[in-house]
Amino acid sequence: MTNDTENRAPSGEAPLSPERRAFVARLSLGLMGLAAALVAVPVVGFIIGPLIRKFPDVWRPVGKAEDFSVGKTVRVSFRDPSPLAWAGVTAETAAWLRRDGSGNFTAFAINCTHLGCPVRWLPDANLFMCPCHGGVYYSDGRVAGGPPPRPLFQYPVRINGGMVEIRTSAVPIG
Amino acid sequence: MMNLVRGLIDAFEERTGLLKIMGDLARHPVPPDTGWWYVFGSATVVAFMIQVVTGIALSTSYISSSGDAYQALQFITTQALMGNLLRGMHYFGASAMVLLVGIHMTQVFVMGCYKYPREFNWVTGVVLLFLTLAMGFTGQLLRWDQNAVWSIVVGAEQAGRMPIVGPMLAHFLLAGKTLGGATLSRFFAFHVFFIPALIFAVVGIHLYLVMHDGISEPPVAGEPVDPATYHEKYDQLIEKRGVPFWPDAAWRDVVFCVAVVIAIVALAAIFGPPKLDNPPNPSLLARDPAPDWYLLWYFALLALIPHKMTTPVILLAPLVGIIVLLVVPIVSNTGERHPRNRPWAVGAVIVIVMMIATLWIEAIREPWSPDFAAQPLSAAIVGVSGGPIANGAKLFHEKGCEFCHQISGNGGHRGPDLSYVGNRLTKDDLTIRIMNGGYNMPAYAGNLSPQDLEDLVIFLGSRRHPEAAAGAAASGGKESASGPLPISALVARSVRHR
Repeated sequence: MTNDTENRAPSGEAPLSPERRAFVARLSLGLMGLAAALVAVPVVGFIIGPLIRKFPDVWRPVGKAEDFSVGKTVRVSFRDPSPLAWAGVTAETAAWLRRDGSGNFTAFAINCTHLGCPVRWLPDANLFMCPCHGGVYYSDGRVAGGPPPRPLFQYPVRINGGMVEIRTSAVPIG
Repeated sequence: MMNLVRGLIDAFEERTGLLKIMGDLARHPVPPDTGWWYVFGSATVVAFMIQVVTGIALSTSYISSSGDAYQALQFITTQALMGNLLRGMHYFGASAMVLLVGIHMTQVFVMGCYKYPREFNWVTGVVLLFLTLAMGFTGQLLRWDQNAVWSIVVGAEQAGRMPIVGPMLAHFLLAGKTLGGATLSRFFAFHVFFIPALIFAVVGIHLYLVMHDGISEPPVAGEPVDPATYHEKYDQLIEKRGVPFWPDAAWRDVVFCVAVVIAIVALAAIFGPPKLDNPPNPSLLARDPAPDWYLLWYFALLALIPHKMTTPVILLAPLVGIIVLLVVPIVSNTGERHPRNRPWAVGAVIVIVMMIATLWIEAIREPWSPDFAAQPLSAAIVGVSGGPIANGAKLFHEKGCEFCHQISGNGGHRGPDLSYVGNRLTKDDLTIRIMNGGYNMPAYAGNLSPQDLEDLVIFLGSRRHPEAAAGAAASGGKESASGPLPISALVARSVRHR
């Protein structure tokens, strides 16, 4: 080692002492870490950005209250709040909306509480059924059979100026 | 002219040394008699290269925008020159890759090739298996149709079962609180940049280790692996009987890999790519989402396990799978390699293959899924065209019974076959059952008028085995004619039960 450094050091640079060698090694690793962090912060931040993006509560009209017949459960669709310009049809969400005898509206999420598949309303059977794994719900959203662990989620509904409005919500995660 | 070319090559070689390195690599000595069992690793690499090439080509026309990708896929499939073939090749290439990874892994396990000193290469192989499945899942999503968007929701729901971080993870997958504009471009980035980069890196390590440790010699029964003597024996074998990889062993790889390429192109040409489903509109609900075949068996597992086990299985099954695979070379890295002397290893493979095959068959039949397409029972099956039995049969369809129960070959498989339920259950039993429901069955109390309930019970009571009770339909009809069942009493009783 000593010979080696003597041979190739015409400029007279002295070999590093062990302490100094350890120091420059640590310094180099630290600098590399700093550079990596400088790059990583915006990269990671950008990727987790959608988690932080604001999801405003927006009431979306889905139709005139008087147009919904009493006792019927129908599919209504509405757009997500502030969808990205290129979202296209993926900004659509649906709900199962029912008007009951007393004029109240209930909006059920379409997602089965088992794994999120779209449940169907069977008007004659008065049941919601999920095609994926056979989850069944009563008309009030209670579990009637199959693997779902909890009743269907519901969206807030209100009547505003004669229009039925549903408050946009996150995809219900069981 | 030849001299000029040779001169150029020589000058290049003098300055790079690449030809020698590549020649040495190609001709490095390998154990003799490796045979046809050793072709599956190369074939997996070839399938991956097909995916890279066809994927790059597809990406020149694909648009990773949630609102436009569907139209881009339609363009690729129906208008672009050979786009249909290319999509098919990418699909069958993916299928081949998953299949070949599985076969390669099984062969390595059964022949004990993962034992000392190749334990770490097994680990890199396990990583590649999961990266391959991740490519399969993300790739299926890029086929941006109705099935894709619901598959993402199903994936997010599964992630959402995690304690504490679940909802966050689910929203990370969706790239927001709902599916939307941000969702697809992220899966695109994962599928074409992030995961492939990892695959390239890990394949590099995998192949480096194949060179570093040498190709495992075919196992010999009664010659266990002993780390103390292994290298000496292996080096001797290579020195005395080793053959150059190229072409002595490689010709078989070439033959098999070319067969794989031909098969992929032929399947793509004959069957084409998976059909595009409806547009990716999450408000369209008539969809029974299902993963592509390589994950379908897992979907079946989630349907068949007891309901209370869903969350533990979703969270633990993949984890247990990964841990078991990673632990294999730690707990059994020495000893016998030949399958003849490792009955437990062979047994484990048979059990796993049979389990997955069974789940696959079930997943294709989907007996747990309501049969929404079930048609009303024909008069020939019902036996009469009017009266309470006919009305009961009509209700059997309308009330959704038929979606889950079969009668004379019509209807779903979720619940028991009711073709001969009249032999098994009395009318009281039937009434209580219908009113109260049961495991997996809704209670119909409050959902059927007393008259309808009675007709339905009469209809079901008339479903008797022809030999057990000839003319069952007639007797059922007679009973109802002679006087109504005490339905109201049963209803009162069953409601109290609830």
